[in-house]
Amino acid sequence: MRAPWAGPLGLYHPGTSVLHRLPAGAKLAGLLVAGLVVLFLHGPTSAVGALLVALGVLVVARVPLHRTTRGLLPVLVTAALVGAYQAWARGWAVGVEVAADLLALVVLGTVVTATTRSDALLDVLARVARPLRHVGLPPDSAALAVGLFLRTVPVLAQTSLEVRDAARARGLERDLRAVVVPAAVRMVGHARATGDALAARGLGDR
Amino acid sequence: MIELDDVVVTAWSPGPGGGDERVVRLLGPVTLRLAERRVAVVGANGSGKSTLARLLNGLVLPSSGSVRVDGLDTATDGAAVRRRVGFVFTDPNAQIVMPTPLEDVALSLRRRFPDAAEREVVARAALARFGLGERADVPVHALSGGQRQLLAIAAVLAVEPAVLVCDEPTTLLDLRWRRTVDDLLAGLDQQVVVVTHDLDAARRADRVLVVHDGQVVHDGEPHAAVAHYEALMSGEWVP
Repeated sequence: MRAPWAGPLGLYHPGTSVLHRLPAGAKLAGLLVAGLVVLFLHGPTSAVGALLVALGVLVVARVPLHRTTRGLLPVLVTAALVGAYQAWARGWAVGVEVAADLLALVVLGTVVTATTRSDALLDVLARVARPLRHVGLPPDSAALAVGLFLRTVPVLAQTSLEVRDAARARGLERDLRAVVVPAAVRMVGHARATGDALAARGLGDR
Repeated sequence: MIELDDVVVTAWSPGPGGGDERVVRLLGPVTLRLAERRVAVVGANGSGKSTLARLLNGLVLPSSGSVRVDGLDTATDGAAVRRRVGFVFTDPNAQIVMPTPLEDVALSLRRRFPDAAEREVVARAALARFGLGERADVPVHALSGGQRQLLAIAAVLAVEPAVLVCDEPTTLLDLRWRRTVDDLLAGLDQQVVVVTHDLDAARRADRVLVVHDGQVVHDGEPHAAVAHYEALMSGEWVP
């Protein structure tokens, strides 16, 4: 049986590194700043530099490589495809910049989620979402929605892989309907089950 | 005390041959008073027993009639009812929403313990109570099916509900874990209402409800109720 797909955002990995000890708010703020820097600095040199910094941060975080490499593989493929297309359409410099920027941000996002408990992330997100109270949205619910999003991405990816295996077992791997339809149905089913579970635990109640 | 008065649950369903939608009765009318510490609900698949269980913490609201827990109506006091009534699903994967056991139990405790450090201490203690202390920080997918069900129960019991409703909590488990979960439920201080296909577990309850075609067709002492259910399933029982 295939091990569950951890996703590019990984899972929390307990540890004692500097990044594990940093407050969740500082890490999220750092990620935001890194995103802005990557956005506003142009050129392949700065992009490759950002990627090297991100890899350095990954090393400092001391997150086991197997936790990140499997999840990053699809992102590597995506970055290679996007980079190749950009290189063909707009030149190699843009291609390298886009691919390196994408990888750098995903690596940094992985570091944040791998070194921060979901619980701590929810606390920060609830604080950030506090102004939403004025428009009738409870901050805890908004934070929970973001937390669930992070949790759901790997679950949905896992569902897709299982559906693909099921189609393959029936000799239907080339039939798009045999993959897309059951995957969509199972994802809706998962959303409903999660909603029921949250409601049963009173997590959406005020 | 759980009280159901003339409860009917209906739903829209496609007509025969994919025709126009029509209203079908999933359950009822049901009138019950449940005060026993251990209540088991047995019935065939699709008989309405899960609908009955879901009524008890407001996951399903009655189309007519009322459901009250300690005087609180599930339709008008839903949040208060859910704080009193914990619910355990058949598949723990549907219930566990956080990546690690510690985070999942902590999620249940967020409202009660706003301080993160205190919350973690309580969550670790809750996990230790169910033998999951050593597994608090491992990814949920690394737990066995039985451990996941224990985690789901731990996350619900962490907030100390007065009533625990379990919808086939052992159906997906092997014999060893089934016994572990059964023993755990038997030892709880809470009132426990358990929907089950495990007739041995049903016989250990104080009271057993037999649900068939959306009706409670037998309600009483466990051995007679289980015998009634077995006769029903073998086609010997004639209404």
